[in-house]
Amino acid sequence: MSLDDPAAIFRQEAQDLLEQIELNLLDLARRPSDRGLVDAVFRGLHTLKGSGAMFGFDALAAFTHHCEGAFDRVRKGEVAATPELVSAVLAAQDHMRALAEERDAPQAEGEALLAALHRAVDAAAGGSPAAPADAPAATTWRIRFRLPADALVNGTRPLPLLDELRDLGPCEVVALTDAIPPLEALAPTECHLGWEVTLVTEHPRSAIEDVFIFVIDDMTLEIEALGGEPEPESVPDAGPALAVVDAASESAVEGKAARGGDTVRVPAERLDELMDRVGELVIAQSRLKQVAASSAEPSLRAVSEEIERLAAELRDTMMVVRMVPIAQLFGRFRRLIHDLARETGKAIDFVTEGESTELDKTVIERLADPLVHMIRNAADHGLETPEQRLAAGKPAAGRVVLAARQAGAEVIITITDDGRGVDRDRVRAKAEENGLIAPGAVLSDNELLQLIFHPGFSTAQTITNLSGRGVGMDVVKRTIEGLRGAIEMTSEPGRGSQISLRIPLTLAIIDGLLVRVGTARYVIPLAAVEECVELSVEQDLRSTGRSLITLRDRLVPFIRLRELFRTGQAPDPHQKVVVVATGQERVGLVVDQILGDHQTVIKSLSSFHADVETFSGATILGDGGVALILDIAHLVAAGQRRDAELRATG
Amino acid sequence: MTSILTVDDSASIRQAIKIALAGEGYTVVEAGDGAEGVAKAGAGDFSLIITDLNMPVMDGLTMIRQLRAKPAHAGVPILFLTTESDAEIKAQAKAAGATGWLTKPFDPEQLVRIVKKVLAS
Repeated sequence: MSLDDPAAIFRQEAQDLLEQIELNLLDLARRPSDRGLVDAVFRGLHTLKGSGAMFGFDALAAFTHHCEGAFDRVRKGEVAATPELVSAVLAAQDHMRALAEERDAPQAEGEALLAALHRAVDAAAGGSPAAPADAPAATTWRIRFRLPADALVNGTRPLPLLDELRDLGPCEVVALTDAIPPLEALAPTECHLGWEVTLVTEHPRSAIEDVFIFVIDDMTLEIEALGGEPEPESVPDAGPALAVVDAASESAVEGKAARGGDTVRVPAERLDELMDRVGELVIAQSRLKQVAASSAEPSLRAVSEEIERLAAELRDTMMVVRMVPIAQLFGRFRRLIHDLARETGKAIDFVTEGESTELDKTVIERLADPLVHMIRNAADHGLETPEQRLAAGKPAAGRVVLAARQAGAEVIITITDDGRGVDRDRVRAKAEENGLIAPGAVLSDNELLQLIFHPGFSTAQTITNLSGRGVGMDVVKRTIEGLRGAIEMTSEPGRGSQISLRIPLTLAIIDGLLVRVGTARYVIPLAAVEECVELSVEQDLRSTGRSLITLRDRLVPFIRLRELFRTGQAPDPHQKVVVVATGQERVGLVVDQILGDHQTVIKSLSSFHADVETFSGATILGDGGVALILDIAHLVAAGQRRDAELRATG
Repeated sequence: MTSILTVDDSASIRQAIKIALAGEGYTVVEAGDGAEGVAKAGAGDFSLIITDLNMPVMDGLTMIRQLRAKPAHAGVPILFLTTESDAEIKAQAKAAGATGWLTKPFDPEQLVRIVKKVLAS
C-alpha cells in the first residue's frame, strides 16, 4: 500500500469509520434513545459519503447516501432506533465495507439491503415514534471569552463567532471593555475586547465549544450553565433479545486515549520486513559469536558481546512493536453475539475481559476464525433457550465471557459460558456411532471430552445456520496448535463449559533447545521441554518392545528420533531423553547429544514441504548450517498414539 | 465578489475546492506551491487563503509566515489542509499564523461550512 495514494488512504479511513459506526450501532441497540450515538452514526455515514465521492468511490457514496437518508429520520427523532432498524443498518454497513474495498458487491444486494432498511424505518415509524421526551430541554448558558492577542492578525474574526453562537439559539451579547489599555499603550492590531454571551439553547456544551474550535487552545473561555448542567439522559431498558454487558469499558477508554497519542501508521508488510531483517541480524550475530569464541582477540569478544546484547534488545523492541491489543479482535465478537442473539432468540450477556492484553499481530489475525467458531458454539450449543434456563432455575439471559490475560511468554484466552455443559452421554453415543471408540469403552471424563476435538465430531442434533458449517473443533485445535498453542476444555453438566487457549506471544523467534541426532541438528522449542534425562544402556535395551521409560514412578512413552529419521548410524553410548509436553500429554524424544539453548529465528518451510508433519519450520545456525524445528504437538500425538497401539496389541 | 486563493500542489484537490466554492458564488484563484501562493496573494485582494502544508518549492508553513510578515495580509484568514488530526502540526501552523484547519479528506459541505465559519458574512 502506498501512503501517498489517496484512494489507499481513503480505504483505510473508510475501514476505521465503518468500524466506529459498527460499534456505535451496537451501543445503540442497547441504548436506543441515546441521541449522542444516533448523531455519531449519522456523522460517520455522512463523512463516509462525502469522502467516498471525493475519491471516486461513487458506488459507495451513492449507497451510503441512501442509508444516510433513511437514518436521518432517526436523527430527526421521527422514528425510534428499533432493534430491527439497527440490524438493517448493520447489514448495510457490511455492504459498505465491501464497496470500500471495491470487492464484487452486486448492486441487487445493495438494493435489497436498502429496501430492508426502508421497511425497518417504516415499521419503526408506524410502531413507536421516538418519545417527545427525547428532545432535550433548553439550557441557559453564560459564555465569557477573550481571544488570543494575535487572533485578529491571524485571521480570526469575532463577528462570525458571535453569529455562530446566535445560530445555536437566542443570544444576548455584552462586550467586555475592561482590558482595553490607555491609548498610548494600545497595539492597534491586537484584540483587547472580551465578550459575555447569554445563550439559550438545547445544544450541549460541546456545540458551544465547537464554535471556538480553531482558537480554543489559546483563548480564555468560560462556559457556565445557569441553573445547573442538564443531566445526561437515563439509560432505558435494553431490547428484548439482546443485552451486551461491557465490563471492559475502562480498558476501552484507555485504548481510545492511547490512540489519541502520537502514533504513526505503518503498513503491516513493513513491520514484517523489519522483523525479517532483525531475524537475519540475530543469525549473523550468532555466527559472530562463534567466530569470537574461537578467537584469541579479546576486543573481538567484547564487540561480539556488545552486539549480542544490542541484537537481543532490538529483537525485544521489535516484538513490542508488533504487539497489538486483543481489543480489536474482541470488538468484532460483539457484532457476532448480536447476530447470534437475534438468530437464535436467546438472550446473551457478552462480557469481555483483559482487552488490553497484547499479542503479535499475526497471531491475532490467525486467532479470529477459531474464536468465532468457539463463540458460536458457546452461544449456539452451549446456552439454552430462555425458557429452558428459567426452568433450570437460571437467569433467562445466558452469559458468555471472553477473557484474555498474559502469563509469562503466553497469553491465555478463555471462552466461558454458563449453559448446559457438554452432554457426556451424547458425546459417547456419537463417538460410538462414528466408530471413534468401542461400545462401552471405559474412558476418563477428560478422555471423553477430548473426543470433541476429534476430526469430524459434531454433537448438535440439528445443524443450525450458525454452527456446524463443516468446521469442527478439530480444525480449531489444529489452528491453535499451528500457532504453537494448546487448547483444553472443561465442562460441568448443567453449569457450563470453559475452553482455554494458551498462545505464545509471538511466532517469529523462539527459545529453542539445540540437539543432535546422528549428524544432523534439530531444534526443540524450549517452552515444551519439561526435563532432560540420560537413557542408560540397560534402559535402552530393556525398552526395545514398548518404548517406555520410568520417570519418578511414571511411565512415559518415548520416540527414538534416530529411528524416526533413519540416520542409519550407531547410537552414541550416552543417549539423552528430552521429555516434552503439550497440555497433559508428554513424550520423551531420544537424541544423541544436547548441544544447548539456541535463539531460534523461525523460517517457514517452502510450500513443497507444507505436508511434512514432523517439522514446523527451520532455522539457520551460527555456523551457517540448517536445523529443522521439531513439531512437538505432532510428535507428542504420534508417541501417545503408538503407545496406545502397543498397549492394545499386547 | 469574494475571492479565495487555494494553494495546493495537487491539481485534483484544487479542482475539488474550486468546484465546491464556485458553487457558493466565490471566485477561486489557484496556486501550485507556496512561492506561487505568495506571488498571487500579493497581486490580488483575497478574503481567504486555503493552503496545503506539504508542497514543493515552498511549503505551506513558510508561505503562511511570509504572508503574515506583510501588513497587507494581516487579518486575512488562512486555512490549512492536514491529513491527520495531528496536534503538533496544528500547533506549528497556528504559531505560523494560520487561522484554522480542514482535515483531509473533507466533503464539499464541510469545506463550505468551514469557509463560512471564518469569513464574516
